[in-house]
Amino acid sequence: MFEIVERQELAQGTIVSNWIKAPKIAVKAKPGQFVILRANETGERIPLTMADTDPEKGLINVIYMVVGKSTALFKTLQVGDSYRDVIGPLGAATHLEKVGKVVCVGGGTGIAVLHPITRGLKNIGNHVFAVIGSRSKDLLIMEDRMRAASHELLICTDDGTYGHHGFVTDKLKEVLENNKDIGLAVCIGPVPMMRACCNVTKGFNVKTLVSLNPIMVDGTGMCGCCRVRVGGEMKFACVDGPEFDGHQVDFDELNLRLRSYLPEEKLSYDMFKSAHKCSCGS
Amino acid sequence: EKIPRQQMPEQPADVRRHNFDEVPLGYTPEQAMKEASRCIQCKDPRCRQGCPVEVDIPAFIKCIKEGDFEGAIRKLWEKNALPAVCGRVCPQEVQCEGLCVLGKKDQPVAIGNLEKFAADYQRNHGRDVLPPKAAPTGKKVAVVGSGPSGLTVAGDLILKGHDVTIFEALHAPGGVLIYGIPEFRLPKAIVASECRYLERLGVNFEVNAVIGRSETVDELLERFDVVFLGVGAGLPMFLKVPGEHYIGVYSSNEYLTRSNLMKAYDFPNYDTPLVRGKRVATFGGGNVAMDSARTALRMGAEKSYIIYRRGREELPARKEEIHHAEQEGVEFMLLSAPVRFTGTDDGFLTGVECRRMELGEPDASGRRRPIEIKGSEFMVEIDTAVISIGSSANPLLTKSTPGLALNKWGNIVADPKTGKTMKPRVWAGGDIVTGAATVILAAGAGRVASNSIHDFLTFGW
Ligand SMILES: Cc1cc2nc3c(=O)[nH]c(=O)nc-3n(C[C@H](O)[C@H](O)[C@H](O)COP(=O)(O)OP(=O)(O)OC[C@H]3O[C@@H](n4cnc5c(N)ncnc54)[C@H](O)[C@@H]3O)c2cc1C
Ligand SMILES: Cc1cc2nc3c(=O)[nH]c(=O)nc-3n(C[C@H](O)[C@H](O)[C@H](O)COP(=O)(O)OP(=O)(O)OC[C@H]3O[C@@H](n4cnc5c(N)ncnc54)[C@H](O)[C@@H]3O)c2cc1C
Ligand code: SF4
Ligand code: SF4
Ligand code: FES
Repeated sequence: MFEIVERQELAQGTIVSNWIKAPKIAVKAKPGQFVILRANETGERIPLTMADTDPEKGLINVIYMVVGKSTALFKTLQVGDSYRDVIGPLGAATHLEKVGKVVCVGGGTGIAVLHPITRGLKNIGNHVFAVIGSRSKDLLIMEDRMRAASHELLICTDDGTYGHHGFVTDKLKEVLENNKDIGLAVCIGPVPMMRACCNVTKGFNVKTLVSLNPIMVDGTGMCGCCRVRVGGEMKFACVDGPEFDGHQVDFDELNLRLRSYLPEEKLSYDMFKSAHKCSCGS
Repeated sequence: EKIPRQQMPEQPADVRRHNFDEVPLGYTPEQAMKEASRCIQCKDPRCRQGCPVEVDIPAFIKCIKEGDFEGAIRKLWEKNALPAVCGRVCPQEVQCEGLCVLGKKDQPVAIGNLEKFAADYQRNHGRDVLPPKAAPTGKKVAVVGSGPSGLTVAGDLILKGHDVTIFEALHAPGGVLIYGIPEFRLPKAIVASECRYLERLGVNFEVNAVIGRSETVDELLERFDVVFLGVGAGLPMFLKVPGEHYIGVYSSNEYLTRSNLMKAYDFPNYDTPLVRGKRVATFGGGNVAMDSARTALRMGAEKSYIIYRRGREELPARKEEIHHAEQEGVEFMLLSAPVRFTGTDDGFLTGVECRRMELGEPDASGRRRPIEIKGSEFMVEIDTAVISIGSSANPLLTKSTPGLALNKWGNIVADPKTGKTMKPRVWAGGDIVTGAATVILAAGAGRVASNSIHDFLTFGW
């Protein structure tokens, strides 16, 4: 059992942060890696990136958006409750490299995934520009932690309630125009955002890492559910990734496969919501 | 008067194709004793040569005949740690029963059914006593993987007084027995009971431990005297034809893991979904393919096809599985190979284009090689495809373990007589060494390795 020792609701309760007791994972985890969690015996195996770790206290931090049944179930877990299973660290760690100047772009909960990578890039001596964005000011997460993890932080909101009024791609373009010597971009967020960022960086010929989030089951390369097409080849995101060269990724195929279970997900979420109406409000 | 081979009572096909309960219902004690009396107790039993672990078949059958069911299970346990499993899933027709002398003129003794009977009887009625354990040796053994090879190693070495910990990547132990082979063929309660038995003997189970990620083999070697690798051949192979990304195309590993381990057949009581196809095609002809095609029926498919590129004679599945699949209504499209999948614009699978094949000269495997017939393409309308053309070695563990020798397919090289790998203090066995094979071969490899490990821990060689 993996106990929750700290819990916070962010972005008006649409996003939840958990610090979980998982000492063995905490000492091993590297930026870019994820865990698979299961709330209880009947639960699904859900992949979430580690947004942070505290190896001394034996804790890992996951930050997730409530989008369906399983994440809504996670949201009902309070401090002192436990996840039944936490498996990891999984996935290949980010290859952190000193390239000089880098730009890290995050959207939505992608910021949680981006955070340890940004910090890692800064720690090994890169000059780090960070661009983060959300739909609206209330939905922006981890501003402080991202500020600490970078040298310059730029903020965008779709509705202009905070920072630049517009998409992260606007600021990404600006940073690339003003800094011709940027050697690497890391862009993590919803699929359309990552695709748009890659289109921008392609124009500047800057190598771009993205982190893919296909549906997964085992996370160890056993089932092939997480297959994605990169550079025309089939890759398993759970072991070959989740990070890939964004200019090689077939985003159309990823988008399509993410919709595999729409009717089932809806059924499951609706049943959950009607059963939990009174108790938790999610 | 000659006694005929006792028929195994089964759930009727039209009933069982809609449920996940076990298909054979099991012999009654009377039936078992009657079947056992058919064995002529050969002095030089051929049947035993057909069993990879040389179970003393006439001896355990004699016990059953005399009503000494506890004696029977003891005889079985001497050679085979998993009789309840093997009685159900061994390809008996090419192993023990295939060589039984009665088979020359009549039907062979139903060795598998009797083995299943003895094991089930013990589990349901047997005295609940644990076998004696040797005094603690203070030696520590790490077993990676909890399939039949790992379970056998753990069971053997715990009795010899060593301290044993099993590390399993998934959240439940049992390997393919738990995530692959479906409930209707091997009830999960049996696998769980085997694991609980080991736990009561003192074996530690650490689930959710992905060795290579959570911890490396070299790190295990710092804490343990020896490491046994029984990680199976878990990497799914795909067809590499266009359209394999469509929604509804699964590897059999994914399809079966979702339905068995994650219990998708009980969705939405369990949270994991699985596409409930109306027209399902499974590609391949082995046990895994039969399991997938039969699972599809139970998930509500109206049509469940097996599409296989060779002929009926070449189907590698157990005869009983093919027979059961046919009874339940699985349709076989033989001598057909997929060319490409088709789908809707929003990505849902709609069909598969296939091409007819004919058989040419035998290839390296001794089976006749399928050759494409040009211009013979035809379409099959399907909404789900399960690719079941085999699996190979998963590189996750081996890539993170320097010093292991691998063959060209990525399998670990180990001495077949001892299970020793090229890396000091590391043994390996089962599918990760042989490539995808059988439960009894994996269990046998576990037995070989445990003997060698015990020698090493006791005498240093
Ligand atoms: C390696 C990896 C790391 C991840 N890290 C994080 C993380 O740090 N924080 C986080 O919030 N999420 C992360 N995700 C996504 C997360 O796993 C999914 O949001 C979650 O599985 C949804 O489960 P559910 O049952 O709540 O929703 P479901 O009922 O499964 O889905 C509800 C809706 O959410 C959308 N959805 C489903 N799966 C995904 C997905 N994988 N990505 C985006 N949208 C999806 C679909 O449109 C669907 O209709 C990660 C995914 C992967 C593969
Ligand atoms: C669907 C299906 C049906 C089959 N039907 C039959 C049949 O009827 N008769 C028959 O004889 N055989 C059958 N087989 C084959 C048989 O099940 C296998 O040959 C046998 O299970 C192999 O045993 P094993 O000990 O090598 O490993 P496996 O059973 O493959 O178990 C390996 C275990 O190791 C774990 N593991 C892998 N990597 C790691 C890691 N890095 N760290 C920790 N744990 C890890 C896996 O999660 C798994 O639990 C079938 C196989 C399948 C898939
Ligand atoms: S273990 Fe398998 S091959 Fe050996 S006797 Fe039993 S059923 Fe036959
Ligand atoms: S070969 Fe057949 S008859 Fe002879 S001992 Fe074996 S099971 Fe009995
Ligand atoms: S999640 Fe199963 S192979 Fe990646």
